[in-house]
Amino acid sequence: MPPDTDIDSGRRAVMKLAGGGLAVAFLWTAGLGPAVAQMNPRRQAADEAAAAADGNPPFAPNAFIRIDADGSVRLVMPSAEMGQAIYTGISMMLAEELGVGLDQIKVEHSIASDALYGIALLGGGQITGGSTSTRGQWQSLREAGAVAREMLVAAAAAQWHVDPASCSVARGTITHAASGRTLGFGAVAEAAGKLPQPATVTLKDPKDFTVIGKPLRRVDSPDKVNGGTQFGIDVKVPGMKYAAVRTSPELAGTLGSVDDTKARAIPGVIDVIKLDNAVAVVGEHYWAAHRGLDALEIEWRKGVNAHLDTATLVGALQESSRTGPALVGRQPKGEAAAGGKAVEMTFVSPMLAHAPMEPLNATVHVTPGKCEVWTGTQVPTRVQKEAARICGIPLEAVTVNNQYLGGGFGRRLETDQVEQAVAFAKQVAYPLKVIWSREEDIRHDRVRPLYFDRISATLGDDGKPTSWKHRITSGTVLGRWLPAAMGKDGMDSDAIESAADLPYDMDNVLVEWVRHEMPPGLVVGWWRGVGPTHNLFIVESFIDHLAQTAGKDPLAYRRSLMKPGSRPLGVLDLAAEKIGWGRQPLPARVGRGIAVASPFGSHVCAIVEVEVTAQGVLRLRRAVVAVDVGIAINPSSIQAQVQGGLLFGLSAAMFNGITLKDGMIEQSNFHDYRTLRINEAPVMEVYTVNSSESPGGLGEVGTAIAAPALANAIYAATGVRLSELPVTRTSLVESAEALKHVAEIGTGKGDVA
Amino acid sequence: MVTLRVNGEERQADVPPDMPLLWVLRDVIGLTGTKFGCGIAQCGACTVHLDGQPVRSCQLPVSAVGDRAVTTIEAIGQTPEGAKVQQAWLAVDVVQCGYCQSGQIMSATALLARTPNPTDQDIDTAMAGNICRCGTYVRIREAIKQAATGQPQGLQVLVDGSAA
Repeated sequence: MPPDTDIDSGRRAVMKLAGGGLAVAFLWTAGLGPAVAQMNPRRQAADEAAAAADGNPPFAPNAFIRIDADGSVRLVMPSAEMGQAIYTGISMMLAEELGVGLDQIKVEHSIASDALYGIALLGGGQITGGSTSTRGQWQSLREAGAVAREMLVAAAAAQWHVDPASCSVARGTITHAASGRTLGFGAVAEAAGKLPQPATVTLKDPKDFTVIGKPLRRVDSPDKVNGGTQFGIDVKVPGMKYAAVRTSPELAGTLGSVDDTKARAIPGVIDVIKLDNAVAVVGEHYWAAHRGLDALEIEWRKGVNAHLDTATLVGALQESSRTGPALVGRQPKGEAAAGGKAVEMTFVSPMLAHAPMEPLNATVHVTPGKCEVWTGTQVPTRVQKEAARICGIPLEAVTVNNQYLGGGFGRRLETDQVEQAVAFAKQVAYPLKVIWSREEDIRHDRVRPLYFDRISATLGDDGKPTSWKHRITSGTVLGRWLPAAMGKDGMDSDAIESAADLPYDMDNVLVEWVRHEMPPGLVVGWWRGVGPTHNLFIVESFIDHLAQTAGKDPLAYRRSLMKPGSRPLGVLDLAAEKIGWGRQPLPARVGRGIAVASPFGSHVCAIVEVEVTAQGVLRLRRAVVAVDVGIAINPSSIQAQVQGGLLFGLSAAMFNGITLKDGMIEQSNFHDYRTLRINEAPVMEVYTVNSSESPGGLGEVGTAIAAPALANAIYAATGVRLSELPVTRTSLVESAEALKHVAEIGTGKGDVA
Repeated sequence: MVTLRVNGEERQADVPPDMPLLWVLRDVIGLTGTKFGCGIAQCGACTVHLDGQPVRSCQLPVSAVGDRAVTTIEAIGQTPEGAKVQQAWLAVDVVQCGYCQSGQIMSATALLARTPNPTDQDIDTAMAGNICRCGTYVRIREAIKQAATGQPQGLQVLVDGSAA
């Protein structure tokens, strides 16, 4: 029997500590080198440049807080706002300790700086991803607010010649109650700015919170309802021109000849510029550029993927799964009991596009020795680095102006589109706004990886698993995106996330991963919910299948495998109670499906109720989700993120799969890469377990739990156990006759609603 | 040269007649609140009003606008229904990334202007052409009902965190 230490004890320890998502992967990097940048509540060397970029306000005690002489409080956002309400969460953490109301502050995008805004959980990079922002900043941002408050109070107390401890702060005003005197932050900003920084600060007792824990309105809402918010695509730079782009539709293909005669004749077309694998038309406005692009006669050179299709790729993954080599992510403890009932399933999970509502774009101005970039990015310092590399200039010569993101979902953790925009802009003198059409966006996505899974278990006499074996086969995102974070043995911790760390009390668990390299040009990327979104579909579908095999109720079966008092059991019980599990019989072809897990340091249970018609049309009736995300910073954000995250995951499970033919992505826009619409969305209820634990991740939990809850509901409604996504309508029909009817109207994959 | 009436002001633009209104608004007139999402009238992010009727501006040649009044998100708050819708959107805090919300608000406002008390079915029909990738549909439904009835629907958010 192999001892625990053979597994990679570091990996296990980290999982317990961080509990999920990219964090697990990146915490490893902390051991790789001595200097991992991370946010500091006190002033740092690099703060001088950051404060200067902000007009050198009189009070700038750290990288996050600026107070002007007129009392304006500006808060600098280290993370990117892409809808997840992190600007609101960050503002609440800072405001709570600083002593201002959320209605009294303004937020600013930060400059690009790992030194000031790096997230230790992610290896020190200024990165917004993996549901780490709140977890990573919970302590440091409250301290940053407290440091500022103590300095402001000290300045007021000195002016009044009183003990700082006798002063209080509320809504941006310092009060000395005994003498009835008050001073606004602005009045003491300059004096406070000259004081030494406190060595230690005392954070509020949670019972004294006045901001944290309330359902506060998002700080970015007012401008988002009146069209005032500036997204990357809205940036206006004097003299700017617009570019429309076409990249080789065949992944890894290159640009051959281009006849631009007709394009150049179109009014408003200014220029045609080329890269090795792409061509852009520049216009006075995007329409001219777009029309010019359509008028080009382009000859593409075929690359190595000319004959690649999805079936070939799935077959190759299946072969790798069979032949290995497999890396061990979790070793079983103890010997398997002899005998028992063997159960096995295999699963295929498709590639997925992100399709954020704001198509990818970047505005770039390259001047001699300098480069300025305006774009919405989850990785501003990576954008800066790539722009410097492409222009051949020092990092400091690149300015990145981050913007609000019209959705990220992981797509804006990549810099490929910005790199391309810089390479085009380098060829012209004017500022260039490069916009990808929706077709470019989908055909050149860095897709969620394709996965093949083989999972098996042996059931004892009581129906419980006595052994569990799960082999995952896929490409690697982490191995490209941050190779240093891969395990010493080559393991990709993201690939096994939520597969190795199960909420069930089982010892005899083997989890393995087989790395299968994707063909050149088929780049796989982070997709909302990352590893857990894939693994939970497998694990929770299989647990459901085991319950069915054992003849047990899916709720009772899960409960019997969970430790009493555990947090995942808490959310399971809460969701089951709220939906009234088992309380009354459901109509024919209506079913409920459970999924429960502990991804991203949080705990979530979703129960989805569906109806499936005899012809295989799927209708989402209701979804009840219970979450335990630790201390609830903003109950409104929790509800919104869980609702939205769940719909994002349900959309993908019902409709979405990126497929390849002749080396090209076949989908191109929302007509063939569908999204749930309002008339298709279920009634949703979100419940929160009260908790005083440190905050867990939030932005991805709803997405990660969606597909298995849906699949299990479909099973309950129809008796059909899904082993592949998206849902195929023909697999859900009630009878051979219905199948014939559906086949006649020509429906296929993803066509279920 | 085309002449347009946008948000109550007369605007002239030297653009080709087949240029979609979306790009005239965004790139020529400089009103960027109206969004580009798909370019094929599938997502609704580009919704504006022509004489109060919602249209997808990405598919509408500017020459087809004629003398009809163009209203965009920047001015919709000046109509009674638009103001109510924006207030309700803030009260239940609908937005997430916010990119689709200009179009959502334009569609919702047009719905309330013609159907002051919409049923769930009315909401489905009027709003099904507007995609939200963040999945804000539950709150969109609540906000439309709140705008219509003046009665709170769902979780109401607070603006000021530090009041006792």
